[in-house]
Amino acid sequence: MISVDPVLQGQVDSLNAAYGLCLDDGRLEEWPAFFVDDCLYQVIARENVDNGLPAAVMYCDSKGMLVDRVVALRRANVFPEHFSRHLISRAVIAGIKGETVTAQASYAVLQTRNDGETRIYNAGKYIDMLIVKEGAAKLVSRTCVYDTHRIATLLATPI
Amino acid sequence: MSVENRMGARPSLPTGVDYGVYHSPKIFAAEQRKVFQGRTWCYLGLEAEIPDPGDFRATHVGETPVVLVRGLDWKVNAWVNRCAHKGATVCRSLRGNQADGAFVCVYHQWAYDAEGTLVGVPFRRGLKGVGGYGKDFDPANHSLEKLRVESYKGMVFGTFSSEVEPLEEFLGPVMRKYVDRVLQRPIKVLGYARQHMAGNWKLYSENSRDSYHGALLHLFYPTFGIYRQSQDSAGELAEQGFHSVFTVAKPKGDVDYGSFGDEANREMQGTAQLQDESLLQFRPEIDDDIGLHIQSLFPSVVLQQIQNTLATRQIVTHGVDQTELVWTYFGYADDDEETTRHRLRNLNLVGPSGLISMEDGEAVELCQQGTVGAEGKYNFIKMGGDDVRGYYAPMGMDENAVRGFWKGYLDLMGNALATFDKQMVA
Repeated sequence: MISVDPVLQGQVDSLNAAYGLCLDDGRLEEWPAFFVDDCLYQVIARENVDNGLPAAVMYCDSKGMLVDRVVALRRANVFPEHFSRHLISRAVIAGIKGETVTAQASYAVLQTRNDGETRIYNAGKYIDMLIVKEGAAKLVSRTCVYDTHRIATLLATPI
Repeated sequence: MSVENRMGARPSLPTGVDYGVYHSPKIFAAEQRKVFQGRTWCYLGLEAEIPDPGDFRATHVGETPVVLVRGLDWKVNAWVNRCAHKGATVCRSLRGNQADGAFVCVYHQWAYDAEGTLVGVPFRRGLKGVGGYGKDFDPANHSLEKLRVESYKGMVFGTFSSEVEPLEEFLGPVMRKYVDRVLQRPIKVLGYARQHMAGNWKLYSENSRDSYHGALLHLFYPTFGIYRQSQDSAGELAEQGFHSVFTVAKPKGDVDYGSFGDEANREMQGTAQLQDESLLQFRPEIDDDIGLHIQSLFPSVVLQQIQNTLATRQIVTHGVDQTELVWTYFGYADDDEETTRHRLRNLNLVGPSGLISMEDGEAVELCQQGTVGAEGKYNFIKMGGDDVRGYYAPMGMDENAVRGFWKGYLDLMGNALATFDKQMVA
């Protein structure tokens, strides 16, 4: 464990909290703004990561692809109506190099569909690289490694 | 008037099957015997998943847990993951390597070799003349249940049936030609995704054979104005009807299906723009212009090439309304890093988050939910006629392959379905 400036810790945790609420409030159009332009976002099964296999169910290596995902969700894709709720742990900051920070956090996404039951939909961890400057953090890359390798029905909304 | 007619009931046909087949535990049990353990070859995995001696992978035939193992002699074996002693699961991992080729049940340490033959029983003779099994106990009679195993182009299939024809005959020449197409050279596995659907396995099997829904449910292409109305498409069926393949290629001539968008009464022109088109880039790498190849091999696997994504989708039945789809993504063994990256980008299109495929999970669940309590009522599968043809082009406005599925299914189920239909009347 490295000793982390509480201000920096707060900036990273604030980003994660705002990120989760953004998705859970359904403000998907605001989601790409959490990333820098030249970013990587992927959602990959833990069984693949553990076995050195690269295939991810979402793999966006530009901000444009994040925007395309959102437009597709809004206008094209068909999926069960649902609400999601992100519970994100305090980040563990692993490295700081200038403005670049590496961090990890655990997450659980609860999902409530039209039957009214709330289920644990997806659990895993974020492996992040961030740029922190001028008092704000942005994601350079976020890899969502999901333990829940049995995806219920489909995975539409970003994790 | 017969009783059947008075009740309005009729036998299930390829053009209309009793909705009860998605819900009846009796039908589900009969399917395990007559379809998955019957005269079929069920997909077990890829040889590329178990490249080295001792490599194993947990898989299923229907709902039965099966383990696929490469023996120390390089031979591929499959056995039911059920100890011959008390029925415990012997192999408890999804995958791994058992360097000594031995699998030991943790409960009482019964040990089996890679072929599933019993090779060790603790206290078999007892100790100092006390306990142990009788003289008539022959380990040879207590092996794991072994499947017949055959491979075709690196796809491994197993069967419980001693009567089913050899795998190549079961697949038939048309299906083999298309498997040859995708598995033209050595492959490497890129990873897995597992998608669980609260629906009956047959709803997914129909879905993968249903070309009618393609442009109607999956709206990604039309939304972004990339629906190619002049594409060349065709569907082909194996003789039994239950295997099928769809291909879509870029057009050879000036064919115009321009009216299709209007007939479908949907926005097909596309009002959104993709910001990053690298998602859709396609690099022809097989000696043809086919950009989509979806091949359903009855009863348990789909083999696909969509753009530059290659995958198998294994159908696992966990209950009458619980189906798991195991996606195994792969590339060619000689892919360079940039090609692999391109495939990973293309993978956004397919799988449980696939921009053009995620909807299938929802469709399965909608049909499961909508047919609750609908025994004695029938689905309606007459798009494009009521016959089953070996070839259909262009595909997309027919349900030929879905009728083919039901034809093969009804042939296998035979009396089990007839009895069911009769019960529905009573």
